[in-house]
Amino acid sequence: MKQVKDFILTGNRTLPSGCHLMTFVPADGAKLPAIEPGQFVQVKVDNSPKAFLRRPISVCDVRYETELVLFVKPQGEGTRCLVELPENSVVNIMLPLGRGFSCDECNGHKVLLVGGGVGAAPLVALCKNLAAGGADVTVAIGGRSRRDVAGVDVLYKPYASKVLVATDDGSCGHKGVVTSLPGFDEHYDRIYCCGPTPMMKAVARIARAKDIWCQVSLENHMACGIGACLCCVENTSDRGNVCVCTEGPVFNINRLQSWE
Amino acid sequence: MGINLKVDLGAGLKLDNPVLTASGTFGFGHQYAEFIDLNRLGGFIVKGTTLEPRQGNPAPRLVETPSGMINAVGLQNPGVEDFAKYIYPTLTGFTSKVIVNISGAQVSDYVKVAEILAPLEKVSAIEVNISCPNVKGGGMSFGTSPEMAAEVTAAVRKVWPRHMMVKLTPNVTSVVQIAKAVEAAGADSVSLVNTFLAMVVDVERRKACLSTVTGGLSGPAIRPIAVRMVWQVAQAVKIPVVGLGGIMDASDALQFIMAGATAVQIGTANFIDPAASVKVVDGIEDYCRRHNVADISELRGII
Ligand SMILES: Cc1cc2nc3c(=O)[nH]c(=O)nc-3n(C[C@H](O)[C@H](O)[C@H](O)COP(=O)(O)OP(=O)(O)OC[C@H]3O[C@@H](n4cnc5c(N)ncnc54)[C@H](O)[C@@H]3O)c2cc1C
Ligand SMILES: Cc1cc2nc3c(=O)[nH]c(=O)nc-3n(C[C@H](O)[C@H](O)[C@H](O)COP(=O)(O)O)c2cc1C
Ligand code: FES
Repeated sequence: MKQVKDFILTGNRTLPSGCHLMTFVPADGAKLPAIEPGQFVQVKVDNSPKAFLRRPISVCDVRYETELVLFVKPQGEGTRCLVELPENSVVNIMLPLGRGFSCDECNGHKVLLVGGGVGAAPLVALCKNLAAGGADVTVAIGGRSRRDVAGVDVLYKPYASKVLVATDDGSCGHKGVVTSLPGFDEHYDRIYCCGPTPMMKAVARIARAKDIWCQVSLENHMACGIGACLCCVENTSDRGNVCVCTEGPVFNINRLQSWE
Repeated sequence: MGINLKVDLGAGLKLDNPVLTASGTFGFGHQYAEFIDLNRLGGFIVKGTTLEPRQGNPAPRLVETPSGMINAVGLQNPGVEDFAKYIYPTLTGFTSKVIVNISGAQVSDYVKVAEILAPLEKVSAIEVNISCPNVKGGGMSFGTSPEMAAEVTAAVRKVWPRHMMVKLTPNVTSVVQIAKAVEAAGADSVSLVNTFLAMVVDVERRKACLSTVTGGLSGPAIRPIAVRMVWQVAQAVKIPVVGLGGIMDASDALQFIMAGATAVQIGTANFIDPAASVKVVDGIEDYCRRHNVADISELRGII
């Protein structure tokens, strides 16, 4: 059941990349509804006179059934004001929205998670679920330099069997784009990917060439977040324009018309 | 003290309270049923429906603006046949009024859509959106010429048996003139405003932000202009006026009512708070209580 309610910001930690790990608990003390990895929330940024619409942010993790973790990159006015909020601020959040990654029947599967930048966020909860479901998870994280990836790999370490890092300048891990990691040559049963669109497209090309099942998470601009305004559509090969906020944000690459 | 919020828009359209939700901002209702009790609304107006299914415009369809947003959805909808078959049955259980917004590229499209909707009893009213470009009229919007606006209204009037609301575009020199023309052609009420034609340029990419370059501006940014237009129209026509444009809360809604509107519609506000519409209902009631208003009609057109 979707809900809109006030949350209290209980933690706001800045990572070296400038991204923030923000934790929230419902102000009414209630438990969070069930949230799948890849689902998102719509955050109201009240401390910014410029941010009129809510801002969509993926759920990074849910802890102890009450703690919502978001991984936010200050991008423009809205996200900058959001990350500047002090602890104990009250923030109105709508959740859980969209459809997440499919992670059932993953027992014994070898899966690859590919994340770039804030795209790494929803993959943390996914990694946890896949590992719990018996999958052998390899995580590949890409960034421009050490700063982008610092503090990110540790989020996965408890669940993944391998965490690979690639940076454009080689300051951490492999030098080059994430798809040039040697780990990409191995066989995987599934690939899950979230990050900047060019990176997702590169991963989709590899998955397609090797005929590997692959899901990506899109970041189309949104207004309502619940399928009412039809502003967020993506063109699919099976059903034409569909709402990313309700049919997605996670899509199997074979549905994405313009990604062929 | 019992406060009477009931309003009568004429031709059988009686609402329990003056709050409707605006077409295109409320889906087909069910998207909001998880957040609010739809029966607490005076009614809800569903997404613009056309004769044929429409895929709408390519992405990007949305750009945020100061206190508002511009959309270029382009009337994406499953078509009236699909509406009648699959969506209408999900709407028949509500006690609040269901209004269908209709659009077309030529007069005969509007007429056919109205004919298909006519047997659907639970559709208490149609709202005729005359802001669409008329393909036969050279692509100019029906709503920008008094003659074309009257022509669509009169044609739909012949086939539509219940309340007919005509929705006016603000992108004209004189909205009063258009309002008078549709009144004379048989409209039971007019609703205004639709969105304002607008655009934003992304200077870094040196491109328009929307795929269609221009789109429709909505939200609080347009409210003062919308209030002014409602005030002007309410004085010029005898039929009821339904006001909308940037209403975020009860106080905004009351501005339209005091300017002459019998009912109001909540649009873009639904995106920011899915419960905005019922909060407006509660807020109006609270206002009446605080100001000893026994009947909402006491506030209508007092400016
Ligand atoms: C499903 C989904 C999940 C997301 N998850 C995360 C996340 O976990 N962490 C994170 O930091 N960011 C995430 N984003 C991106 C985030 O929503 C944008 O960075 C943010 O909306 C930008 O707002 P702004 O005011 O800072 O920027 P501005 O550029 O000032 O925003 C202007 C307008 O454009 C929209 N916009 C700009 N960039 C984006 C974008 N990339 N995606 C969607 N809308 C955008 C804004 O919402 C706003 O309406 C996600 C986006 C989507 C759609
Ligand atoms: C995303 C979106 C879609 C819309 N679709 C329609 C539509 O299909 N038919 C119509 O008559 N008006 C449509 N409108 C206009 C609204 O119904 C309303 O007239 C306008 O948004 C102004 O009110 P507001 O500022 O309260 O949103 C749409 C508006 C938005 C924002
Ligand atoms: S954001 Fe409104 S339909 Fe997706």
